[in-house]
Amino acid sequence: MLRPSRTRELLIALFVLGALVFAPPLLLIFNKATRFFGIPALYFYLFAVWAALIALVAVAVERPHADDDESDPQMPGREHGQVTGGPTDA
Amino acid sequence: MLSGPVIITVALLYLCLLFAIAYYGDKRADQGRSLIANPTIYALSIAVYCTSWTFYGSVGRAASTGVDFLPIYLGPTLTFIVAWFVIRKIIRISKVNRTTSIADFIASRYGKSFQLGGLVTIIAVVGVLPYISLQLKAISTSFSVLLHYPEIVMPSTSASTHFLQDTGLYVALIMALFAILFGTRHIDASEQHEGMVAAIAFESVVKLVAFLAVGLFVTFGLYGGFGEIFAQAEASGALSRLFTIDGVAAHTSWITLTLLAMGAIVVLPRQFQVLVVENVDERHLRKAMWLFPLYLLLINIFVLPIAFAGLLLFPDGGVDADTFVLAVPMKEQQPMLALIVFIGGLSAATGMIIVETIALATMVCNDLVMPLLLRVGRLHLSDRRDLASILLMIRRATIILVVLLGYAYVRLIGESYALVTIGLVSFAAAMQFVPAIVGGIYWKGATKTGALAGLTGGFLVWIYTLLLPSFARSGWITQSFVENGPMGVALLKPYALLGLEGLDPISHATIWTMLVNVGLLVGISLMTSQTVIERSQAVQFVDIFKRTAAAARVWRGRATIGDLRKLLVRFIGEARANAAFARFERENQRDLHDRGPAGSDIVSYSERQLAGAIGAASSRIMVASVLREEMHDIDQVMQILDEASQLVVYSRQLEEKSRELEAATTELRAANERLKELDKLKDDFVATVSHEVRTPLTSIRSFSEILRDNPDLEQAQRQEFVSIIVKESERLSRLINDILDLAKMEAGTSEWHMADLAPQAVIEQALAATAGLFAKARYILLETRIAADLPPIRADADRLTQVIVNLISNAVKFCAQKDGRIQLEAWQDAGFLRVDVKDNGIGIAKADQQKIFERFQQAGNTLTDKPQGTGLGLPISRQILQRFGGEIWVESEAGKGATFSFRVPLSQSAAEGAVTFEREPALD
Repeated sequence: MLRPSRTRELLIALFVLGALVFAPPLLLIFNKATRFFGIPALYFYLFAVWAALIALVAVAVERPHADDDESDPQMPGREHGQVTGGPTDA
Repeated sequence: MLSGPVIITVALLYLCLLFAIAYYGDKRADQGRSLIANPTIYALSIAVYCTSWTFYGSVGRAASTGVDFLPIYLGPTLTFIVAWFVIRKIIRISKVNRTTSIADFIASRYGKSFQLGGLVTIIAVVGVLPYISLQLKAISTSFSVLLHYPEIVMPSTSASTHFLQDTGLYVALIMALFAILFGTRHIDASEQHEGMVAAIAFESVVKLVAFLAVGLFVTFGLYGGFGEIFAQAEASGALSRLFTIDGVAAHTSWITLTLLAMGAIVVLPRQFQVLVVENVDERHLRKAMWLFPLYLLLINIFVLPIAFAGLLLFPDGGVDADTFVLAVPMKEQQPMLALIVFIGGLSAATGMIIVETIALATMVCNDLVMPLLLRVGRLHLSDRRDLASILLMIRRATIILVVLLGYAYVRLIGESYALVTIGLVSFAAAMQFVPAIVGGIYWKGATKTGALAGLTGGFLVWIYTLLLPSFARSGWITQSFVENGPMGVALLKPYALLGLEGLDPISHATIWTMLVNVGLLVGISLMTSQTVIERSQAVQFVDIFKRTAAAARVWRGRATIGDLRKLLVRFIGEARANAAFARFERENQRDLHDRGPAGSDIVSYSERQLAGAIGAASSRIMVASVLREEMHDIDQVMQILDEASQLVVYSRQLEEKSRELEAATTELRAANERLKELDKLKDDFVATVSHEVRTPLTSIRSFSEILRDNPDLEQAQRQEFVSIIVKESERLSRLINDILDLAKMEAGTSEWHMADLAPQAVIEQALAATAGLFAKARYILLETRIAADLPPIRADADRLTQVIVNLISNAVKFCAQKDGRIQLEAWQDAGFLRVDVKDNGIGIAKADQQKIFERFQQAGNTLTDKPQGTGLGLPISRQILQRFGGEIWVESEAGKGATFSFRVPLSQSAAEGAVTFEREPALD
């Protein structure tokens, strides 16, 4: 299992992955008139990958301690215009 | 069943329900029990992204180009993966700066520039008009289609009807009315509309449910699931071309659409509104990161089945694909479902129009009209009492104007375009904000001039490549402008600029606008420099997570707190202004008096509060007018000073620290040296003591052994030996006593009985104690010269006696063997009692004069000479005198006798008439 502090890297990796799988070069592998489970290959591919990506993001950010990545305290919500946090690298 | 009045009634009832939700949401917000402080509501409100475009247009697009509709939803999914740093950063910056809109955000980043805010506002309004027109078109079309139930009749183009008979106009007016009701009932300092957000979230649920309902009906009611629809489509032959995307143009379009949507999800005015401005807690973003993409996935699952069903049911092309969602259930005689679809579409459209127009109204008011009005001095606007009502009027007028312009656009131009094509024109316009924002939050070097140039250039290219051609289509401009280029110059053809052909107009425009926009932003930024306020804003934006607090500005205003309160009251009303001041008092635990001078913190606070209502640029002008300061100068100067002084403070602290460290190191080193020395002294001491003790012990032992081994020794001899033993024993005990005495004194454990003493008495006592010595050594003459009326000294009588006895006995020991003379003198000398003991003995060599005060050090060669005492007398005397605050020294020349002198301070009571016990000299 990934260390909690890896949330940031994990999300960037997922972003790059998403950008790759949704763009033409990889997309074209499935750009055929065949059908999977009765569904055109391209449609099936797009929706399946999309769902998988959303699931991965959900797992990445909802893991326990996913927040440990950020070293800055949270904003106290609305009303207070001022940030009282410390240094962070976010 | 579905007559006009029924449809209208249902639609109005639905809108009233929305308003009720919004009203309830506002009420809950006022009570402090927020309805929307919940990540799911937040994610649903972001789904305002799904408009009529999604609801009707996606199916239309899918029916003509297949899966090409999808990048519009894949883009936001990608953006949301990195929302945790990108969007959260924007949210954090906006909270700190109390940003009210995207125009405010960009203006604020580039030095609170009001030109930039105005430019962004203009681009937003012009760019978004097609998008609003799309919604109006969708509502009026769906209404007309539904009206003809059960027949499916496409509405005639509205251009042919008189505009007063056009449903579109009434739809527009009703939408404007609702937007006004939702968003401009009062001016709020935070520019948040909780009720509106609640209503939007509700609408997102409605449109999703409606779309899923029709999707399920089509897929599983009309057909036996996904497989069957696609199988039939494939069987029909022509439709299977939609299963794939082919050609360079299609691939380019795919990528461009993804990029456009990636940007649009953040920079469309309404998205910025719900995502950033209306955000109540940035932690909500985490759930939205996957919930919102999931929403997009769900609302898109049935797009393709519905599109293919529509194509299969209406093969002759007589039905506009944009109305398939409605037409399919109508064709299948499902009036209830059709009505649900209509309400879903209405939901999608109203949500968009309400949020978009409110966002635009805020921008127009805060970043365009107010700064202009405030700069026109003749209006004396800054002196008007009730500005809140002016603000509301500006906003309401803006909403009506924007909606009517949208209506005009759809009536004149929009009819000939598909929904998605109209929307994409707006996306391409909104995309112009992306370079300024991304550059603004990640690149400190982006300058205001660069941003202005980039935005202007990109916007002009957008007008040329997308807006003007659409005018040409409507007949305003000659069609040959598009086909042959202006005045027949083919290189300038708006759809094939500089010969870039083979792309669809949107991709073509996106490529050119981005090239110009990014090129100018980067190029000009590199060539220009920032003003001070720009730089400080840039640093604040880029390093938002590194800053500890918003840099407090220093003001040198002459304003009072009352002035600031009046200013706030004018803009946000009495109650809210007082609440804001009360909050400041609470948070800073301070009382604000209206007459008190306005410090920099309350001024910055007020400026931020005001920025919430009228935008950063206007707020600056207003606060400056109150402070009666040439704020530009003072502000800039103060910011420089502020930063510089912070630096100076830091470096001073650093210097201080390193100095302290150095000092501590030196001390430690000294202490270490001292410890080493002490250690060596201790070793020496032990060695010396052993040596000193052994000498008498040896003689005691040897004489005792002689006595034991020679029992027949003569009586006289025996007597002499015994007396030697006794003398050596005495010497030994004296030595040990002295050692103990000295050790106690050095350890500070000996007891002292300090008292005010008369020196004469002490000296006399010492003389009495040494009388025995003189009795033995009769050849020595003692002279004493003691001054009369010596003032008292503070000392321990026994110890001081010990010192004098010591000196006298030393003098006796070392006195000349013949005609020995010892002089004892005592007198008062500058606050001290001075005592000299002088002898005429052998004297002490210069080299030994310091040594003799050390332990066991005696003048002369201790190895050859017989020791004359313990060698501890003078060290003990020195210890005693130091304890009294006095000192001892010797003056001597070898062979000419020696003078031992000491002095003891006179008693404080003698000097000041009061006894102070504290003043005790420290022991070494």
